[in-house]
Amino acid sequence: MAEPVTRIDDAPVPGGDDDPLVIAGTSFRSRLIVGTGGAPHLGELEQALVASGTEMTTVALRRVDPGAPGSLFELLARTGIRPLPNTAGCFTARDALRTAELGREALETDWLKLEVVADERTLLPDPVELLDAAEQAVDAGFVVLAYTNDDPVLARRLEDVGVAAVMPLGAPIGSGMGIRNPYNLAMIVEAASVPVVLDAGVGTASDAARAMALGCDAVLLATAVTRARHPVRMAAAMRHAVEAGRLARRAGRIPRRLYAEASTSFEGLAEL
Amino acid sequence: MSGGLDVTVNGDRHTVAPGTTVAALVAELGIEARGVAVAVDGEVVTRRRWAERALASGEHVEVLSIAQGG
Repeated sequence: MAEPVTRIDDAPVPGGDDDPLVIAGTSFRSRLIVGTGGAPHLGELEQALVASGTEMTTVALRRVDPGAPGSLFELLARTGIRPLPNTAGCFTARDALRTAELGREALETDWLKLEVVADERTLLPDPVELLDAAEQAVDAGFVVLAYTNDDPVLARRLEDVGVAAVMPLGAPIGSGMGIRNPYNLAMIVEAASVPVVLDAGVGTASDAARAMALGCDAVLLATAVTRARHPVRMAAAMRHAVEAGRLARRAGRIPRRLYAEASTSFEGLAEL
Repeated sequence: MSGGLDVTVNGDRHTVAPGTTVAALVAELGIEARGVAVAVDGEVVTRRRWAERALASGEHVEVLSIAQGG
């Protein structure tokens, strides 16, 4: 059987040995972005973030709780991890833009993880609202990292309106289902001229490695670490997985084939 | 409630003195101002306008800060 799709995961990848992730002109050594969502304890979250090696972490905007124990703000200051405010919980472009403005105000950053979802059951991006929000946010001066469906056409449209990165889902948020459509993801990677960050769906380290091997520039995950039985250990696993997947991508995998190809020569085989 | 203004802050009703600004409200609530953003009736009030933006009766104030989120 021939390959159903050409170059799904064997395209050469440029990049030197230091190989940084570059988003909107900013370089990151780590290609793993770990969100803060879902962690029951701030102390363990901090340890997990550090173990993951991440240099950027997503945060949400919510009503202040003066009685809340500990401070996420202090955690960020202490670790030096750059915050990426999100628009989680927004269903319309209007709400997302307002939330984005509040995030910019609270954190003094123009960077934005833009999320506009269709409903609570799937948390799938609403493509119509998302594209509208992305265009408005870019116009308002945000560096937009757009959480999107695994739809190559929508990814292209987002890039056309000027997002700094497209972040297709592997599977619904928090589902841990991995990468449900590697073929679409490969098409997004092939066409994109901005970084592609796999966002959502990662369940375990092999999912993160696979995303990188498919050519994603980075992986964003939260639940897979924060709700693992041992978050710090899983954070370290994700760090290694992302590095391994990236190395494998740059190394160039062998083509898939239905039948065996001997690695040991038959020449000189004894007649017994 | 002579002269007091009724405003809604994060969904709860509050009575504040006339002329109370966003800055004064944040201070009165005992909120650490770092990492906080404020919207009044859906419009963001930037930090440098906190001291000049006086609240009016019936306004809805949202005082937000960063929270854990994916």
